[in-house]
Amino acid sequence: MNKKNLREEIVLRAGVNPKKCMKCGKCSGTCPAYDEMEYHPHQFVNMVDTGDIEPLLNSESLYKCLTCFACVERCPRGVEPAKLIEAVRLSAIRKQGANRMTPNDVPAFVDEDTPQQLLVSAFRKYTK
Amino acid sequence: MKFSYFPGCTLKNKAKDLDMYARKSAEALGVCLEEIENWQCCGGVFTTSRDEVATKLSSVRALKDAGSKGQGLVSVCSACHNVIKQTNHAMQTDKEFADKVNRYMAEDTDYNGETAVYHYLEMLRDVVGYDALKEKVTNPLKGKKIAAYYGCLLLRPGTVMGMDDPENPTIMEDFIKAIGATPVVYANRNECCGGYIAMESPELAKKRSNAIVDNAKAQGADMIITACPLCKYNLIKNGADIPVVYFTELLAEALGIKEEVNE
Ligand code: SF4
Ligand code: SF4
Repeated sequence: MNKKNLREEIVLRAGVNPKKCMKCGKCSGTCPAYDEMEYHPHQFVNMVDTGDIEPLLNSESLYKCLTCFACVERCPRGVEPAKLIEAVRLSAIRKQGANRMTPNDVPAFVDEDTPQQLLVSAFRKYTK
Repeated sequence: MKFSYFPGCTLKNKAKDLDMYARKSAEALGVCLEEIENWQCCGGVFTTSRDEVATKLSSVRALKDAGSKGQGLVSVCSACHNVIKQTNHAMQTDKEFADKVNRYMAEDTDYNGETAVYHYLEMLRDVVGYDALKEKVTNPLKGKKIAAYYGCLLLRPGTVMGMDDPENPTIMEDFIKAIGATPVVYANRNECCGGYIAMESPELAKKRSNAIVDNAKAQGADMIITACPLCKYNLIKNGADIPVVYFTELLAEALGIKEEVNE
């Protein structure tokens, strides 16, 4: 898929407009996963906007977002960065063989108190 | 007062106590929670993408089922509530998405987000009323200093969840007052515990969780309450040295029915 089409697909899927961003950095400032990310939320927004999506598709940053919606809540321009991250993540994870987790991985993580919620959430985020 | 009740997968397993205390307390308050038949797991996280249909169907089915009985839908788990409420909002506001869902389900009647969705706390505040709750309290938890931990799922996105001011909420603090205890307000009460990242990066979950517990303690809390099984797990697993309990447990205690639940 060419750059422009991929950008359109991501923006449509996310339902938000990265052009509204005024580059204030508040989303990244409030992001609890900031330290773990190679590309931070404000960079995500900019890179999607300019169609520079390939590096994002291959970045671990996709899987560091906690879906905590802090950036969505606190962006002064209503850009909702987490929705763009989610849309890119889906492009990555929907590819054949791109699932990040299989049921075989589960026992290693689980202890006697692990809530089901942790497993179903991880599966939703890491597999298609 | 009758509601459709969506317990969710965790409340049937590791968080049975969250569920049992919620049901018994509702009963004591004159609210009937009727469990939705054949409900399916909400999936734990709402997928914001507009082309994700299959992952939202369990929520739509539950919503539709409640609506067909003319009932509002209540859930207790923060995650279930977040997923169901956001799905309902998408069905109300995104026509293209709703059409896709309705076509996929191919049932006689379409669904467009008509069902009212309540978190259990909203049911307490808006339906029962905190004043009425206060009158039913037989065992006020006097002298307890309690920090409400909202996390991210109950409040955000604020425009969709509509529960409270997402940056300065009071619904849990008012609950704490209604059961006779003293709320402790602290800055990190609406920050994320790390959620499912506990699986891939336990260190990040630890950092986030400790920031919450340390902040609550520094403000003088001797206990933390939550509505979310994953928040509770992360806080405790990462070494909380004050009790972290479900809000429904304290509710049952204040109503004097805690022992009954454990019998
Ligand atoms: S939703 Fe993701 S990107 Fe946004 S603040 Fe939370 S962790 Fe960071
Ligand atoms: S908070 Fe909003 S406007 Fe500011 S950089 Fe992030 S996306 Fe752009």
